[in-house]
Amino acid sequence: MTDFPRWKYWLVLVVLLFGILYALPNAFRPQAAVQIQGSSSNPVTPALQSQVAQVLRKAGIPGVNSSIQGERLLVRFSNTDTQLKAYTALRDALGDKYVVAVNLASSVPHWLRAIGANAMPLGLDLQGGVHFLMQVDSGSVLDQQMQRYMDDVRDSLRAKKIDYDSVTRNGSSIRVVFKTAAARDAGRALIARNDSALQLTDGSSGDGGYVLRATLSPAELNKIETSIIHQNLTTLRNRVNALGVSEPVIQQQGATRIVVELPGVQDTTEAKKILGATATIEYHAVDQNADIPQILKTGIVPPEDKLYYTRQGQPIVLKKKIIASGDEMINASSGFDQQSGQPTVNVELDSAAAARMFDFTSKNVGKPMAVLYIERIPEVKTVDGKEVHTSKTKEEVINHATIQGVFSKNFQTTGLTQSEAKDLATLLKSGSLAAPMNIVEERVIGPSLGQQNIEKGLLSVLLGLSLVLVAAAIYYKLFGLVADIALVFNLVLLVAVLSLFQATLTMPGIAGIVLTLGMAIDANVLICERVREELRNGSTPLAAIRAGYEKAWATILDANVTHLLAAFGLMTFGSGSIRGFAVTLAVGILTSMFTSVTATHAITALIHGGRKLKTLSV
Amino acid sequence: MEIFNPHSNIHFLNLRRFSIAVAVLLFIGSIALLTTRGLNYGLDFTGGVLVEVTYAQPVDAGTVRETLARAGYPHALVQSLGGTREFSIRLQPRGAADAKALDQQQGAADQVAAQVIKVLQAARPDATLKRTDFVGPQVGSELRNDGVVAVIFVIIGIMIYLWARFEKRFAVAALITELHDTVVTLGFYALTQRDFDLTVLASVLAVVGYSINDKVVVFDRVRELFRSARRAEPEEVLNRAINSTLSRTIITSLFTGIAMAALFFFGGPAVHGFAITMLIGIVVGTLSSIFIASPLLLWMGVSKKDLMPVTKENPELARRP
Repeated sequence: MTDFPRWKYWLVLVVLLFGILYALPNAFRPQAAVQIQGSSSNPVTPALQSQVAQVLRKAGIPGVNSSIQGERLLVRFSNTDTQLKAYTALRDALGDKYVVAVNLASSVPHWLRAIGANAMPLGLDLQGGVHFLMQVDSGSVLDQQMQRYMDDVRDSLRAKKIDYDSVTRNGSSIRVVFKTAAARDAGRALIARNDSALQLTDGSSGDGGYVLRATLSPAELNKIETSIIHQNLTTLRNRVNALGVSEPVIQQQGATRIVVELPGVQDTTEAKKILGATATIEYHAVDQNADIPQILKTGIVPPEDKLYYTRQGQPIVLKKKIIASGDEMINASSGFDQQSGQPTVNVELDSAAAARMFDFTSKNVGKPMAVLYIERIPEVKTVDGKEVHTSKTKEEVINHATIQGVFSKNFQTTGLTQSEAKDLATLLKSGSLAAPMNIVEERVIGPSLGQQNIEKGLLSVLLGLSLVLVAAAIYYKLFGLVADIALVFNLVLLVAVLSLFQATLTMPGIAGIVLTLGMAIDANVLICERVREELRNGSTPLAAIRAGYEKAWATILDANVTHLLAAFGLMTFGSGSIRGFAVTLAVGILTSMFTSVTATHAITALIHGGRKLKTLSV
Repeated sequence: MEIFNPHSNIHFLNLRRFSIAVAVLLFIGSIALLTTRGLNYGLDFTGGVLVEVTYAQPVDAGTVRETLARAGYPHALVQSLGGTREFSIRLQPRGAADAKALDQQQGAADQVAAQVIKVLQAARPDATLKRTDFVGPQVGSELRNDGVVAVIFVIIGIMIYLWARFEKRFAVAALITELHDTVVTLGFYALTQRDFDLTVLASVLAVVGYSINDKVVVFDRVRELFRSARRAEPEEVLNRAINSTLSRTIITSLFTGIAMAALFFFGGPAVHGFAITMLIGIVVGTLSSIFIASPLLLWMGVSKKDLMPVTKENPELARRP
């Protein structure tokens, strides 16, 4: 047919290929697997691989398929029963050194993954697991922060011998009363220099004293609140990684909430404990005189020292005395050195710690100092059928550096790469002031329910689709069959786009897919009805097709834009499952406009083009 | 195959007094139900604890209720999830004081769930836990507000679009029918006291989308006919628009209805509410497209000259005699 441009055939073909390619990964069902995660001190090696094979053979699970992927070893199984059996065996054998976790391994071929084609991740309602919504209590951190600033202001005024009457705090505002106007001016200058984050305003002056009010500037307040959420996210991520859960979701939701979704986990008590672990950091001097090989051999450490390991697994001996600890730290941030341009971590201590730091550094220039990270994770173990509550302490040296000069309150650590600096700053902060969190929502979805939902969801999609296909074919004959092809094409394209965006598939999402399928046919109904009308009005078949598409297009556009508006309205919802539905609906409307109009037009033109037609099968 | 007579000319607008009266009655009835009985908000909105259990052998809901009452949960809501083996048990806060207490003992929520399942298993060892939910009351009430805001946002957005693309009377007619469809759908939930949860709220918004889609198709035809007809009697044009889109209105509703029925019968309890709302919404939306939207246009006095495309004035033409 002459009025259908050739490039549009190509467009339809390219989009069809794209759709098939990117929807394809969803056909590969993920395989039951056990994942063994190593660390720098316990790396994943081929030796481990053979050890795993041996453990499994002993447990009566021979001939398994395992592969090393980066820092983890994946062992695949044919069903969940053997997977769970193997998991118990492997955890008992390797649990002390490695993180062992059940996992669903992707079975998507490499060449597909190489072009970025992956299966849609499944929501918790489709695979089981626990879901937490946590409210971050930033108020208490701000309170703590202001308390620190207040102590700092008082100490620095005292140190500079500036006369003041009182330093008091009312919520987030610090009130300093000076005896004279001159003292207030000196005080203001001092505070402005020391604590640039504070906003200073003069209060009443006169007999009652000269008042200076210090508050956090809105920008600073905002910065703190954002960083609190960010820090809590990072801390949670670190801890969930330690839990060994595969593909956890840890996301900010709204201004002050964090969603944590742990697929496969069923025991909320254990998960909650991990999430509630506490961490801190400590600054220690490095004992350079210690003979590390000797200590490693004999295990005898000098009484004032203790042996630690760095994150890279190197042994290091530190003095036990603490120079400064996390709760004395006001802030830590990463940045660049102004002179050398090197990445740095900038740390700010409160006055008491600053005094100790000054003391220490003035005596130890040129000697190394280390940062120790300590995390306490409550643990539950089953011993002889009884639950035993213990707490696991993880201690590691996250950084050690040579003291370049004397410093006290503010100092920098250099010699790191940019990403290392960022990590260190976050770690330092997560040790010092992670805000407390409350669980405001908690859901547990059993694995059988997930499986049941998947089966039912798939069944209803297929059934809904085939019913509509049959109905359309009966009612509109050839044109109905063309619409059917477009509808299947639409499903493929919808799945492809959702997979490309890695949108999580949930039950409401599946409902959205079924709804989209039902409504996508609407555009074809409009076109077919128009074509019939044109035929009735005496148009020739080809003219009827042309007029049908032309006239229906305006209607389809208006109807779909208004429908799209409704889908966007739904998207403004914060809640995850509803967003999934809204995204599906919106993408479905867009893909259906392409498939029902452009794709069917191309097929219709192919069938009817260049032929003398007396009738149309519509 | 054709079900509808293509040359049908049913005089829908003659029925307008009757159809509007029915619509007004339905609307008022729904409002009355919503104010007196209210919606039976699900856990998502009220907050509380929900436990879903499966029994290996069939069991009576009354027995489950009794077991729980004896164990100190007299207000537990026990509902069958279809069949006699799967039940949902809800412990919802009653009143503000309860909600506050629940908010404070968040940590205890999973213990409540654990306690419930322990009690049930003591009575019947074949009971297994399917899932538990805990939602803080604060989250729930926020969600409810978000939902209302979203519905209003959507309806206003659609109005603005129709105002720009068509004309203000179309926007107003759409607004009124949208409100009618939404309220009547909600009225169904107030009448049957079915659980109104987050998924149902999403489907109510989807109903808004579906129903507007339906109306726009009719409106589009109204505009087209007004523009092409030489002598355009509004009543006749509106009637012709309804008749010529009648086949598509009903066929699309049927097709979408078929898909939703598949979801209803085979999708399981998780999407039951969604499918029901959609089915109700499709029926209400289709009827209001045929019987309500056009009479409203007629009463507001829509005419040919309101819909003619604005043509640029040609100074050359104006100068000619």
